[in-house]
Amino acid sequence: MIEFGNLVANLQNSLSFFLPELVLVFTLLLLIVTDLIFRKIRFINGYISLLGFVLAGIVLFIQPKNLFGFLNSFVYDDFSFFFKIIILLTNVLIVLMSFESKELMEKGRNLGEFYTFLVGMTFGMFLVSGATNLILIYLAIETMSISSYILAGYTKEIRRASEASLKYVIFGAVSSGLMIYGISLLYGLTGSLNLVEIRDFLATNKIDTLPFFISSLLILAGFAYKISAVPFHFWTPDVYEGAPITITAYLSVASKAAGFAVLLRFLKLGLSSPTEALGSLWTMVGNIDWSFILAILATLTMTLGNIVALWQNNLKRLLAYSSIAHAGYILMGVAVLNDNGTASVLVYFFMYLLMNIGAFICVMLVADKINSEDIKDFEGLGYRSPLIAAVFSILLFSLIGLPPTAGFIAKFYVFAAVIEADLIWLAVVGVINSVISLYYYVKIMRNMFIRGLDENKGSIPISGLNQVIVIILAFLTILFGVYFSPIINWANASANILIWK
Amino acid sequence: MGIGLTHYIVLSAILFGLGIFAIITRKNAVLVLMGVELVLNSANINFIAFAKFNKMNIDGHIAAIFVIMLAAIEVAVALAIVLNIYQNYKHINVDEIDSLKD
Repeated sequence: MIEFGNLVANLQNSLSFFLPELVLVFTLLLLIVTDLIFRKIRFINGYISLLGFVLAGIVLFIQPKNLFGFLNSFVYDDFSFFFKIIILLTNVLIVLMSFESKELMEKGRNLGEFYTFLVGMTFGMFLVSGATNLILIYLAIETMSISSYILAGYTKEIRRASEASLKYVIFGAVSSGLMIYGISLLYGLTGSLNLVEIRDFLATNKIDTLPFFISSLLILAGFAYKISAVPFHFWTPDVYEGAPITITAYLSVASKAAGFAVLLRFLKLGLSSPTEALGSLWTMVGNIDWSFILAILATLTMTLGNIVALWQNNLKRLLAYSSIAHAGYILMGVAVLNDNGTASVLVYFFMYLLMNIGAFICVMLVADKINSEDIKDFEGLGYRSPLIAAVFSILLFSLIGLPPTAGFIAKFYVFAAVIEADLIWLAVVGVINSVISLYYYVKIMRNMFIRGLDENKGSIPISGLNQVIVIILAFLTILFGVYFSPIINWANASANILIWK
Repeated sequence: MGIGLTHYIVLSAILFGLGIFAIITRKNAVLVLMGVELVLNSANINFIAFAKFNKMNIDGHIAAIFVIMLAAIEVAVALAIVLNIYQNYKHINVDEIDSLKD
């Protein structure tokens, strides 16, 4: 038992690196109040939440790093710093995106709660990226999931949005149920809920492989649901198609990033032995070949994502399958189970953030004007709105992974990490998948530039903030495709997940 | 012979199985959510049983309390969503809510 005085001291010390989360909580409370008092002022909650995200970002930089706190159940290290920055950048982009989203504005909807849930979900993701205790992991995943169920059905009178939120909540509840059952079994096997203590127990005691395997598979099911890996991907296309496009973009980057953060931390902190040199393969405790299991998962995920995407006609749905495929590529980086692989995952996420959100903003800008997300209605876009079509094409090139774009650098690093770890077959599967993905991305470009020239439909005027944002994102996509060393260095420095000896 | 750890684990496994069975076979959204409750409570039984019989630490009890709390939150949100589905579709049969598909 811990003495009460020590407990209080521990909590007080821990608060010193819990500041961004506290900023988010206070923003959340402030948003609830302003939503009640200043209902008339449009977007006031949007501006306040932007302010909260910026403030949380500033605090992230100045607070002490590399510490365990809250009785070793929460950690703030370089790894979670990277993911928190990615989550905050996504949030800022999504808030800016929501200012001009037509479907959110319809029927004079007040967006107050929208930002409240966005901040709540961010708080959950911050906890997820730093949690080292299984119960905290479960609570944090639920915090972000429950906000995202509501956000997916935010436009509640639209039938497909309500259907999306129903599917999301049912699949989510089932996978979180599987996860907590797995956690309870692992607790029974090892006698602890703390990842570090679980690892120490597994390293020193011999336990039956089968129950350990089943319980960790059940826990992985909860993570696989968050990152939409096969066979827990069923919700992804439906939710991505039905949800408001701002939330689709949000789920495809931020919530996936949080899922990968917790997956990597679970594998590194909970299942690999602490005595190893930097950069070498992690030595996994327990007699299970996790590398092989993750490699199979990656193969299935990217192959299914790419092949089903081939015959999609709705752009949101197509991008949903494309995001499943990208989750497969990123899983390749996880499957090598070393620090190089982790660094490549981080690089991939930074590039993926730019190109994926950019692509969704492009779809939103056009779809709001032509009231359709069908790929056929994008015919002739190159002549109706040349700028957006050009920017969209740059982002699509990046999603394919062609040089000189950021997507190429991201894929290159993942493949390099995979080949270095002697998983040649996995790299081959990845390359074949990239080639398959070429077809459906190029199909969009073909529709934009080659088809529909003679139907004189008139130009689509697009103006406003979001146009500037996509141009900046496309510019950054090319910039980081050429000048990538800062990102690589940052990712390499952040890949070292803090472990407790 | 008194009731031991095995009895609890078998009970929770049965409950878990019944929960998954309900989720797969029920068509009514509310009944599916009841299946989810069974799964969560089977985990709770595990937590309490392991905490009592195996290691005598308090983690399991705390975990169970958190799970009970989260189950309540999840059901509140899920029922709100089901209500919204009813307003849009006039039924809550999950098999027929399939306008989004390939």
